[in-house]
Amino acid sequence: MKKVSISFTLNGDEVTAEVPPSWTLLKTLREYFELTGAKEGCGAGECGACTVIIDGEAVNSCIYPIPEVEGKSVTTIEGIAGKDGTLHPLQKAFIENNGVQCGFCTSGMIMSAKSLLDRNPAPTRDEIRKSIAGNLCRCTGYVQIVESIEKAAEMIKGAK
Amino acid sequence: MMDYDYMKPASMKEVFTLLKEYGPKATLIAGGTDVMVNIRNRELSPEVLISLRGLHELRYIRKNDGYHIGALTTHRMLEQSDMVKGELSALHDAASQLGSVQVRNVATVGGNICNAAPSADTAGPLLALDATVVLEGPDGRRSVPIADFFTGPSKTVRKGDEVLVEFHIPEAPGRFGSAYWKHARRRAMDLPLLGLAVGLALSESREIFDARIGLTVAAPVPMRAHKAEEFLKGKPLEAEVLEEAGEIASSEASPRDSLRSKAWYRREMIAVFVPRMVRLAAERIRDK
Repeated sequence: MKKVSISFTLNGDEVTAEVPPSWTLLKTLREYFELTGAKEGCGAGECGACTVIIDGEAVNSCIYPIPEVEGKSVTTIEGIAGKDGTLHPLQKAFIENNGVQCGFCTSGMIMSAKSLLDRNPAPTRDEIRKSIAGNLCRCTGYVQIVESIEKAAEMIKGAK
Repeated sequence: MMDYDYMKPASMKEVFTLLKEYGPKATLIAGGTDVMVNIRNRELSPEVLISLRGLHELRYIRKNDGYHIGALTTHRMLEQSDMVKGELSALHDAASQLGSVQVRNVATVGGNICNAAPSADTAGPLLALDATVVLEGPDGRRSVPIADFFTGPSKTVRKGDEVLVEFHIPEAPGRFGSAYWKHARRRAMDLPLLGLAVGLALSESREIFDARIGLTVAAPVPMRAHKAEEFLKGKPLEAEVLEEAGEIASSEASPRDSLRSKAWYRREMIAVFVPRMVRLAAERIRDK
């Protein structure tokens, strides 16, 4: 099978992947880099479990062709904690406010929420709900997730 | 998993060379939110994908002799444009409700139209805004009114060697407003079971000077409700007038029974939402 060489920034590091051009970003993350935080739920851009951030924008990595990642900056759930292991406020808030139940949607939820908070540090509840409209959770009923994101926004504001 | 090659040309010239070389073995891909899913579902099995995402010059929203929207403009760009929200409101309504943030960040308006789903969210607003589709082929450009662009579900007049490059929306006459209603069961990640867009121009005396009604999922292809539009012209904005226009639009449509809804329900909802969208478009004119 033909392979292509794709260079990009992954969680702050310059990396190169040698993978078939028909691979998606999600498959490359999980099977080439062994970063399994982003999940495959539907594989069709419906559920958001595979959400990562590319150049500041949340995208579904399951339908993102790997050749399009060349030269871009990708952030996954594995890249948002500090180098010393300090959790990101979103991670802390999800743990403390029961934003996690089975956990399958969690990394996608957090990445969607991060792309929101990075540009809008004080979102309304409606803005939060719209930002995670593309992330399905079958456990929580979303209430604790929305609360977790609100708490994270407060933590980020308090830290500044 | 399907195996295919992936090309990312940097110029239109290269696109045409590749299209000529690979012909029907190639599929064009823009945002990929339809193409990648179709490949996964084995509805498409290209030997090569030709990506248009290297053509950065096709991402723009400009006002100059009407409005020009590049085919690679994402739904997110349309959603976040104040000019689109204020002056092409129906298109803002549609773009901001398509899919999710993740989908809107990559999905392009050119892709939404070329995919030609009967439910395409941007089709109704582009009809109501009287848009023209600009296609570019190896021998140059041609323009097609969007009303003539769709020929069937997933079928358009675009030839295999052509690329949709731009939408042109003429400057609206005088006091103009527009609105789009996406009739769906959920408020996110859903396709409309009916889409209804209205473009409305009012005279100084608040009579209807011009009306355009774009309907989606109301027929095999997105359509204009011409009879209802003609009926509205020159009439006052009164309840009985709008209700009758809704009934006329409903009778012009030819919806079908499908998984998401039934023909009779779609017909009834056209009659309900034509008056509501005319009123919303009129409110937006007043608010300007």
